[in-house]
Amino acid sequence: MSDATSSTPFVRRDGIFDRILVVGSAGACVALLGMLAMVLLDIVIGGSGRISLEFLTAAPSNGMTEGGIFPAIVGTALLTFLMTIAAVPAGVATAVYLNEYAPTNSTLARVVRVSIANLAGVPSIVFGLFGLGFFVSTLGRAIDVTLFSGELTFARPSLLWAALTLSVLTLPVVVVATEEALRAVPRELRDASLALGATRFETVVRIVLPEALGGILTGAILAVSRGAGEVAPIMFTGAAYFLPQLPSHLNDAFMNLGYHVYVLATQSPDVEKTKPILYGTALVLLMLTFLLNVVAVILRSRTRGKLKPAL
Amino acid sequence: MTPQVRSTPELPLVVKMRTRGLSVFYGEKQAVHEVDLEVGVNQVLALIGPSGCGKSTFLRSLNRMNDTVDGVRVLGEVDLDGRPIYGPDVDPVVVRRHVGMVFQRSNPFPKSIFDNVAYGLRIAGMRDKAELALRVEKALRHAALWDEVKDRLFESGLGLSGGQQQRLCIARALAVEPEVLLMDEPASALDPIATARLEDLISELRAELTIVIVTHNMQQAARVSQRTAFFYMGKLVEVGETQRMFTRPKEQATEDYISGRFG
Repeated sequence: MSDATSSTPFVRRDGIFDRILVVGSAGACVALLGMLAMVLLDIVIGGSGRISLEFLTAAPSNGMTEGGIFPAIVGTALLTFLMTIAAVPAGVATAVYLNEYAPTNSTLARVVRVSIANLAGVPSIVFGLFGLGFFVSTLGRAIDVTLFSGELTFARPSLLWAALTLSVLTLPVVVVATEEALRAVPRELRDASLALGATRFETVVRIVLPEALGGILTGAILAVSRGAGEVAPIMFTGAAYFLPQLPSHLNDAFMNLGYHVYVLATQSPDVEKTKPILYGTALVLLMLTFLLNVVAVILRSRTRGKLKPAL
Repeated sequence: MTPQVRSTPELPLVVKMRTRGLSVFYGEKQAVHEVDLEVGVNQVLALIGPSGCGKSTFLRSLNRMNDTVDGVRVLGEVDLDGRPIYGPDVDPVVVRRHVGMVFQRSNPFPKSIFDNVAYGLRIAGMRDKAELALRVEKALRHAALWDEVKDRLFESGLGLSGGQQQRLCIARALAVEPEVLLMDEPASALDPIATARLEDLISELRAELTIVIVTHNMQQAARVSQRTAFFYMGKLVEVGETQRMFTRPKEQATEDYISGRFG
């Protein structure tokens, strides 16, 4: 070996490690793609045959071995909608305070940021338990005692409490995404607005928020799409195994796609007969979140385009 | 004639703005040390001095823009037409409607040319469309930009060239009809042709308002200003009529700086 080296002084010494690194990292990429492909293929192949108009518009029947998933779709849509109107305004308002109003060395802002980082790390099942303990048992009971003379109305799992529980889970994502979008707005624009006699509030509303809107919406949609697929936070706070009617009040329980998948996979009386329905449900859930992500990507590329000068 | 002008004492000043004992602190660090300075009405006052000498910080305390930066403390007095702008019951937002500002880097809003100029007017509550259009045209004409943009008022302000963008920012500041216009190195990012146009514009604007300009360019200060103030290490070293400052400075430091020996 040493002879060969001395006879060819310009030999590549790192060749072998270089190749190992390339092969290794490429292999990791392929493995990742492969796993995603396997998950998608399995669900698409297993579920696509099941999906039909009837599947999407009918209620489950015959002990969940027949029929469709219409109530679960409606429940998921309602849940997601309520969660969005709870989480997005609160999250955006928090981020606006942190980024536009709080002094740079503010203790409050630091505490809020640390709390948000920790909130994002809490396992989702803990949110479920929190929702049960706080929203259902404490807040719900308090409402019943004060407004309904103790009659059981809000102190039970329901659409409202599940949506609020989920909104707590998605809140950190909305705050972080909004803060990032606000930080991307150049300080020069704020200065220009302030120097023209605008108040801080007018500057935020007329300049900063419109400029950050694309980023905020993108973040909000990604947060919502993540929340829409969560099961653990709603298990104890409102999702139901099966319901004969659609929810019509905020304090009704509801069916949900993610929870339905869980129910079909674990509680079915006849595993073989429910399997196609299970696949179909999983595919619908997947397409729903995929759709939301696509909307987010389109929005993001649109706002990128908008930032370029028109010409 | 010229030697006579040189030997006469400086003309009395009709004061538009006056600072007394103005000090500015960034946290513990003092950036401006007890500056007494007067700005004459319908004059251009140039602030010169090496980087970090406090001239920009001083400028930004004339329309209370320093209030928007965390940890900045301003001591002393600043008057506009004899009225204090740092009084306890003074709203800095109102001060900024009287004392406008143009920044080093042109910063048009990502809006149309029209909306950029109309921004300050709309903030001030103007809703009437005809009146807005009139004021926008007037401001763009003042800023010598009207002929170049009149056919594309509703296109983005970001589509303009660098020099046009800076003139758009000036038009935007002029639209609210301030009494004083502060300019922080407005030509530092412009090419020589755009700079020359900007300097012509400054000389024209002087007829209607008072201008304070920070510049690193000695020739620019000599060309556009009637009075010049030299700042060094946060202190006002010398102030006087521009012609006198550049020919017979009283302080050695001023002479060293304008003759290029440091800075």
